[in-house]
Amino acid sequence: MAIGETIRNSQIWKSIFRHPMPLDRRNRIVVMLTNFFLHLHPVSIKKQGIALSFTWCMGGVTFFLFLVETVTGVLLMFYYRPTLEWAYNDILALRDVTSLGILRELHRWGAHAMVITTWLHMYRVFLTGSYKPPREFNWVIGVILLLLTLLLSFTGYLLPWDQLAIWAITVGSNMARATPILGYEGPGSQLLTIGGIDMITDGSDARFGLLGARFVGEETLNRFYVLHCIAIPLATALLLAIHFWRVRKDGGISGPL
Amino acid sequence: MHSNGFFLNDVAGFLGGYYAFIAIMNGIAALVLWRKKDATTWAFVWSVFAGIMMIFASLALSGSKSMVPILPEAIRGLVNNLSGPVLYTLGTTAILVVLYVFRKFFVQPMVAWTVLNVSLLLLGLSMADENFAAIVMKPDNVPIVGLVYLLAFFTWVATKQAVVNDERIKQGLPVIEKVNDEKVLVWPDLVYTELICMIAVSALLLVWAIFLPAPLEEPASSVKTPNPSKAPWYFLGLQEMLVYFDPWYAGVVLPSLVVFGLMAMPYLDFNKKGNGYYSIEERKFSYLVWQFGFFELWITLIILGTFLRGPNWNFFGPFEYWTPYKVEVLNNVDLPQMFWVQWLNQPLPRAPQDAGLLSQIGYILMRESPGLLVMGVYLVALPPLMAVTIFRGFYAKMGFIRYMVMSNLMLLMLTLPLKMALRWTLNLKYIISIPEFSLNF
Repeated sequence: MAIGETIRNSQIWKSIFRHPMPLDRRNRIVVMLTNFFLHLHPVSIKKQGIALSFTWCMGGVTFFLFLVETVTGVLLMFYYRPTLEWAYNDILALRDVTSLGILRELHRWGAHAMVITTWLHMYRVFLTGSYKPPREFNWVIGVILLLLTLLLSFTGYLLPWDQLAIWAITVGSNMARATPILGYEGPGSQLLTIGGIDMITDGSDARFGLLGARFVGEETLNRFYVLHCIAIPLATALLLAIHFWRVRKDGGISGPL
Repeated sequence: MHSNGFFLNDVAGFLGGYYAFIAIMNGIAALVLWRKKDATTWAFVWSVFAGIMMIFASLALSGSKSMVPILPEAIRGLVNNLSGPVLYTLGTTAILVVLYVFRKFFVQPMVAWTVLNVSLLLLGLSMADENFAAIVMKPDNVPIVGLVYLLAFFTWVATKQAVVNDERIKQGLPVIEKVNDEKVLVWPDLVYTELICMIAVSALLLVWAIFLPAPLEEPASSVKTPNPSKAPWYFLGLQEMLVYFDPWYAGVVLPSLVVFGLMAMPYLDFNKKGNGYYSIEERKFSYLVWQFGFFELWITLIILGTFLRGPNWNFFGPFEYWTPYKVEVLNNVDLPQMFWVQWLNQPLPRAPQDAGLLSQIGYILMRESPGLLVMGVYLVALPPLMAVTIFRGFYAKMGFIRYMVMSNLMLLMLTLPLKMALRWTLNLKYIISIPEFSLNF
């Protein structure tokens, strides 16, 4: 053990870890306060607050899956080009050629799992009445995070550019065509005319804004790629930070008063 | 439908492992019960069951298709003939109601274990049917099977604790969560739990990724529309709503209302009880509304949309071949048609050829007056009426605005089951039908 001790006493180790090993009660408290990654947690917690039968660990698993998706997603970006010419072929190559092409499986099944764990987390929060005061606002943030999770999954669904992808997105985005007022097949859009010219057409309605074109094509692929890899993950990360911060500020994990 | 090779390799091979898994699971359960000594009868039952499952596993792996255990043809045919959207919806509702009413019975571990085993066995026996397997084993549909079992498991976990808590509250005892409120340090108790969870999830994900390749179909083609064309599975509940409503309502307004309603929930639920512990009795109303929305209007519709809707969005029984040639009678009628033509026996009011815009709108309003009246009564008259009758207590506690938001959200949520019922009983298509402004409801 002497080597271990020498390492732990070295200047390098001490410059990285601001606390001794958490082996006794005092240092187990200190470690939570001084470590960047751990300071998200409180120092101590009610026993029932960490019981798996109470929490199901679903919020934590969802966050972990978000991290898995981020890491595998960044790696997949090395191999994937969002153009009509390459998108499908790059996915084929991931399946047949690329070493560790299993990344795509991890990413896809992780995404499905994340949708499910988000629902289960929400279900648990409802069943324990944890959305009640003082946690109302954090529930609202959670609902937005649920929406972002679904949008992340939906935008990612298009990227393999196979029949499954393009038609699922076509079916899903056709809804936007029927948006009241703003979709060209939606109720009331006929009312938006100026001097007999329709303002809402299939080239200017909500669906066009979503797809960047009149049908799911290259513009859509580019748009969904940017949304999937940059815009939605950033928004999600920000809201996750607020979500976790509010868990602490609203009194930690819920429990009977 | 499939060649023997596909079946023996993919389905039978899977079933072999599947039955072996059930056998091991029950073997462990029997061992645990045996060592506890107070449930030796159950230990015996589950070890016998484990033995049968081992026999099933070897039959599935025998390499001969006819040996694989399968649900009898007669039963599969009967299920196919009986099943339809009506029976499916009413059946799932009935099951959920029975589970809720007799929850004290169903949460008992041995009862729950029996239900689990029966469902796993039925799933296995059904999987041997090629049509069933073709749909359930589609890679993107596998998560939904997982979702169903996870939801069932966690609902059991929650209900079990709620039943205990409700009993304790009745006796004047503190809830279990309260008893267990001794404080522990986060290091090591919580951080290690998190670490173990992370490792478990990683392991599961890796196994899933190794054994189930991600789907990749033919390259995208905007001229070759697959039949059926389906949205990603988590939106199939919404797609199923399209059977009953136009896209503007089913695809845009209702989903927005779901999101809005979820966000509004903590501000509408004025019940201070049941905060931070599992309980049903203390918050029956919110519990039932939630479970109705979550299970009936979201999960069961997703299952229906994924597994039972085939080409042309027609309904197919679980063991039925998805033929694109299935014909369904479309004899739905709009309410104005019903009112003017069928009941009053006169043509629909129609504006004269040279009528101005205002006059045309007048005629449209007259034509649609029955539907507008029905919806007016439903959305405008019902909330105040309920405020002085069934929701009297709610109204007093919530105040005008909160009450109106809640009652309208609930009425809008109920438009879906009501429209379903009207479709099934009266073949009603639209209550209001103004194609002139793409406004059909």
